[in-house]
Amino acid sequence: MGRYVARRLLQMIPVFIGSTLIIFCMMYALPGDPVRAMMGDQAYDPAVVANIKKDLGLDQPLLQQYANYMAGLVQGDFGTQIASQRPISDVIGDAFPVTLRLTIFAFTFVTLVGIGLGLIAGLRPDTLRDRGLLTLTLFLVSMPSFVLGFLLQYLLAFKWNVTTPTVTDSTDFSQLALPATVLASLSLAYVARLTRTSIAENLRSDYMRTAVAKGLPRRRVIGVHLLRNSLIPVVTFLGIEIGSLMTGAIVTEGIFNVRGIGIEIYEALTRREGATVVGIASLMVLIYLAASLIVDLLYAVLDPRIRYA
Amino acid sequence: MPDKTIEKTVDALPGDSGRTAVAAMTDAGPAPEKARSLWSDAWHDLRRNPLFLISAVLIVFLLVMAAWPGLFTSASPRHADLAKHYLGAPNWTNFFAADWFGYDVQGRSIYARVVYGARASITVGVGVTVAVTVLGTVIGMIAGYFGGWTDTLLSRVTDIFLGIPFLLGALVILNSFDDRTVWVVIMALAFLGWTQIARVARGAVITVKQSDYVVAAKALGASTTRIMFRHILPNAVAPIIVVATIALGGYIAAEATLSFLGVGLGDSAVSWGGDVARGREQLRIAPHTLLVPSVMVSITVLSFLMFGDAVRNALDPKLR
Repeated sequence: MGRYVARRLLQMIPVFIGSTLIIFCMMYALPGDPVRAMMGDQAYDPAVVANIKKDLGLDQPLLQQYANYMAGLVQGDFGTQIASQRPISDVIGDAFPVTLRLTIFAFTFVTLVGIGLGLIAGLRPDTLRDRGLLTLTLFLVSMPSFVLGFLLQYLLAFKWNVTTPTVTDSTDFSQLALPATVLASLSLAYVARLTRTSIAENLRSDYMRTAVAKGLPRRRVIGVHLLRNSLIPVVTFLGIEIGSLMTGAIVTEGIFNVRGIGIEIYEALTRREGATVVGIASLMVLIYLAASLIVDLLYAVLDPRIRYA
Repeated sequence: MPDKTIEKTVDALPGDSGRTAVAAMTDAGPAPEKARSLWSDAWHDLRRNPLFLISAVLIVFLLVMAAWPGLFTSASPRHADLAKHYLGAPNWTNFFAADWFGYDVQGRSIYARVVYGARASITVGVGVTVAVTVLGTVIGMIAGYFGGWTDTLLSRVTDIFLGIPFLLGALVILNSFDDRTVWVVIMALAFLGWTQIARVARGAVITVKQSDYVVAAKALGASTTRIMFRHILPNAVAPIIVVATIALGGYIAAEATLSFLGVGLGDSAVSWGGDVARGREQLRIAPHTLLVPSVMVSITVLSFLMFGDAVRNALDPKLR
């Protein structure tokens, strides 16, 4: 087990370097210039711009810049924001917990409600209940989060005055409920469909017939035999979804004005401030990689036949 | 029963094939089930699927709208008349007229904008799907067919691209282009999106590669390209098509989301996502400026998703 984790961690290094290098290149090699963006529309002296660039190390070759950046990152130095002169680690430190709360809220919602709905539908495949839930998930999937976000914001906040339209205090879970629901909706629909398919398929399996024939109580048959075996594909999907939820927060945080890393990264992008974007993106890549490792380890818990030597 | 037929065929003299065939046919029993290929079988299923028929009608409708928007409205999507301003409430019963869905903040007909906006969404959706399918299939086929270090290398590259969050990557690329045409958006999304198809294609090719007909073709000295395109691709294409059709709806949603975030098509383009972003300020006083294009996005995504679902159910024998 320990050796397996060590090997996987080693394998992650090239993937991490590759992903961040591509994001870094996209940020710096494509047209667009942070120093010019800082100048805005005002006239500027090319010599001043060149000087600022030299101070920031933006005149060096791209790979050299990347190497410098990574060397800093390994020591926990994310760099400094050009416009505000704040260390980026401070910016992330302020914004990350907010997004983390939102994402965990949404993730819990996805897991509980998604698997719940999938179970309800999958236990009675091809009934009215099943079809109804499938149609519901189809509608959820076809609504991009900004559509659902504005729809709920309009109905709940403006028309019926049930909630506040934007989030003023991100530690207040009642305020986070609406953005978390919107963020969760797409993944929730996918999880429900995946669980439903998996359950409906396993319902016909031999071990289910055996379990029922042994006279086990229904609770145990469903909870231990059916659910545990059906959850493997769902867990894989959930692991990948943690990353998507965090990027999906860019849209949701914008709609509900949650001051998390989604808004930070979006604002940094419009200022073409590479260091902030790459810093937050690296963090997201790390979370994605960690989640996929945890998923692989969870397989062994769900299916004892899988052992990691 | 089949044994008997074979015996008869073997017994028959050369030149007697006509009689043998007749004998075989009569021996086959009443109403022989015609052997159908995967595709005609799928088509047989699809024609009877109401979900497929509804979505196909909607998609044809949307395609016509994208190709000839002038058929649906005589109003121009760019003609702004501030006197008509968004506070002039929509005339919900005045079907297909310029004021059907009311006017936006600049006094442009929302109905005309919604009609003309179809082109951007559909072009990007279809374009990205075609691009990722071609790119992903080629990469996946090369990895699956050659195996060894080629496979290792391409699989690691796939892993690296999978590690880049899709929305974030698209934001970063598109944000650096000032002039974002349809092609720029398609290229950017295809650059990030090919991994899923590549994985599916690789898996399908590996499964097909070991089959007898491929070994036979190799033994007969067929060239690598011939084996790939004549023998492997046609037999590995079903799962690729399934993934691609389902992804199409997702790419339309992605285009709308990026336009909403201000990094989709340029400001001068008529696009649903852009209209939603512009309608945002009026959500409280004139919600229709935002909700009408939002509903259009959802209907379009829904049609393509239903279509993809139906195709998957028809092509995937495991789900029968």
